[in-house]
Amino acid sequence: MEVIMMPLLGGILIGLASAILLKFLGRIAGISGIFESTLSKFKVENAWRYLFILGLIIGGVIMKLAAPSFFDYSFEASPVKIIIAGLLVGYGTRLGGGCTSGHGVCGIPRFSTRSILGTIIFMLTGILTVYIEGLIS
Amino acid sequence: MTNLISLLSGIIFSVGLVISGMINPAKVKGFLDIFGNWDFALVFVMGGAVIFNVFAYFFIFKGKPFLESQFFLPTKIHVDKKLVIGTAIFGIGWGLTGICPGPGIVNLVNLNLNSVLFVGSMIVGMLIFRKAH
Repeated sequence: MEVIMMPLLGGILIGLASAILLKFLGRIAGISGIFESTLSKFKVENAWRYLFILGLIIGGVIMKLAAPSFFDYSFEASPVKIIIAGLLVGYGTRLGGGCTSGHGVCGIPRFSTRSILGTIIFMLTGILTVYIEGLIS
Repeated sequence: MTNLISLLSGIIFSVGLVISGMINPAKVKGFLDIFGNWDFALVFVMGGAVIFNVFAYFFIFKGKPFLESQFFLPTKIHVDKKLVIGTAIFGIGWGLTGICPGPGIVNLVNLNLNSVLFVGSMIVGMLIFRKAH
């Protein structure tokens, strides 16, 4: 049961966080878009974006201190693979206008055709990538 | 107030990513491995978030945002080539390591080289896009 409860509780918190941002600031919690905007020269109207990203880090630090067992995993992959993955994620999310948060968490509940299709596509190519990698290794 | 709420939203989002298991690359790869040893648990992350928001949006879109005079929603409505190709590329990158942007950023707190390398490469990917468009 716990196998399901933690993902569900985490998912609800993610939904809650995005709902708070939307109801208070009128903004979509699309992390790739918010993060990309922080890569420019600082502007006052962008302050909320920096603080959202800072919040992600602070939340991680709080959890790492309060419940370190959630971080009991390793991130093992060759540097080349990580670099390629990072480049594709960075470029692809900007070309496609969103990632798991913007298209998935925020777009699907608005019944946005773009977000529903986008989510289906990145799920499919993600599944295909893992499948092909399984065949090769 | 705007900045404080945004900070709070980021913290809650992050806590959700951590306890859901989304920050664990192996867990995410197991979730994407539907033809192999499929770990379906993460269905409940996206499921929980989406269902929460479907109900929350009834309330949210009644009236204006509390701190702004309007909602800032995506203006693009129609499906185009960029959406299809971009999300396809993102999915391939996500499948390679099991990390999408949010968990990538949260993973920085582990202070390991691979997490920094991923976020650094993601930044470069975003800047390449910016240069190209």
